[in-house]
Amino acid sequence: MKPPPFHYHDPQDLDGALDLLARLENAKVLAGGQSLMPMLNMRFALPDHVIDINAIESLAFVRESGSRLEIGAMTRQHDLERSAPLRRLCPLMVEALGQVGHRATRNRGTLGGSLCHLDPAAELPVVAAALDATIQVKSKQGGRSIAMADFPAFYMTPAIEPEELVTAIEFEPWPAGHGHAFIEFARRHGDFAIVAAAAMLELSPEGTISRASVTLGGVGTAPLRCHGIEEQLLGQHGSAALFREAAEANRGIDAMDDVHASTLYRQHLAAELTGRALATAFERAQERVPA
Amino acid sequence: MTDRRRIALTVNGLQRDGEVEGRLLLADFLRHHLGLTGTHLGCEHGVCGACTVLVDGQATRSCLMLAVQANGRSITTVEGLAPDGEASHPLQAAFHERHGLQCGFCTPGFLMTLVEFLEENPEPDEAAVREALSGNLCRCTGYQGIVDAALQASASLRETSGQ
Ligand code: FES
Ligand code: FES
Repeated sequence: MKPPPFHYHDPQDLDGALDLLARLENAKVLAGGQSLMPMLNMRFALPDHVIDINAIESLAFVRESGSRLEIGAMTRQHDLERSAPLRRLCPLMVEALGQVGHRATRNRGTLGGSLCHLDPAAELPVVAAALDATIQVKSKQGGRSIAMADFPAFYMTPAIEPEELVTAIEFEPWPAGHGHAFIEFARRHGDFAIVAAAAMLELSPEGTISRASVTLGGVGTAPLRCHGIEEQLLGQHGSAALFREAAEANRGIDAMDDVHASTLYRQHLAAELTGRALATAFERAQERVPA
Repeated sequence: MTDRRRIALTVNGLQRDGEVEGRLLLADFLRHHLGLTGTHLGCEHGVCGACTVLVDGQATRSCLMLAVQANGRSITTVEGLAPDGEASHPLQAAFHERHGLQCGFCTPGFLMTLVEFLEENPEPDEAAVREALSGNLCRCTGYQGIVDAALQASASLRETSGQ
């Protein structure tokens, strides 16, 4: 179908956008358009106003500031895939980006757009949760930061106010030498995952696991951090058996049931993919840290 | 609700303009305002890839972009691959030779996706071609002819560029 009628606004700077957001009722922010445009075309979204923020160049950047990496909300997924600092500091996000949609959607799609759309099976919210990222939002009243763990309010809805705009995400990259893996199962390459698993591991000089991050996507309304598994791995020597056994815990998670897959199937994928992601992350960590 | 806007853009090398409603899709502007019906609309929600065009050289779904957003940009559609009177583009020739199309509905999207892909990856293997085409649906060919055509075109493009 075609989009319903709406008033179109294209503010040229951040203040202009925040001003419109404060003033207009029932407004939707148009970022890369790879989620909102389908919603408009299918008339799932019926905004009176569309605020197109594509002209705001100050929202597209990748910046190292001290020990943290900051990424502007309007940075295109395609540009992120090619960003030198991101490739060096956060290979997990780069690996996930390769599975976000298709080349033609990544050319337009943005990091902030994917986070705000918050599809339960989208890759980038999983990465943000895995990294304990912080989401920066601004409104005319000022700015605030939201921990990714608190960002999803409910199904496909971020915990931000109507007058607020997500401007950036930031996180502390893991030290060089950590291992990572982002693995998903989807019907077709580039489709939303039925289940996705992200793992990061850091090894101590003795070769034991000193830090672990395990996150699932596609199982519930928000990315699921598997803290139990993370704790279980600490201090252990990595092995195929250890990872398989630890991942088994994910067979018992609460998982949704829809046309794409049953709860049982999702639980199976969650356990299987977690095990594979951990094994791959461990292998990579071993390659990177000279024994 | 008729906030109409004037837009001016370059389409296949020609300066074009128009007055459009905010909600008009780029695909519909190309098809109905400019008469460039080579760009097809299959799903209108970003799944099939039939509407793919180049925006400033980047493959883009024209059903997921508003015409107003194309203001000041340069668009290439399938009509721009081989302007009237010129020989087919090597990709078009390869699709013809390798049975890369049957009904042809999906073809413009495949061609425009591949134009960008082959520019960046002049020597792809079959797996890379298949991944690059994962965002385009074809209901007729079973894809094999399309993949063969893409590989053949990459070889002939390399030859013409003297590699
Ligand atoms: S018509 Fe645009 S992707 Fe199908
Ligand atoms: S040739 Fe008919 S859809 Fe592809």
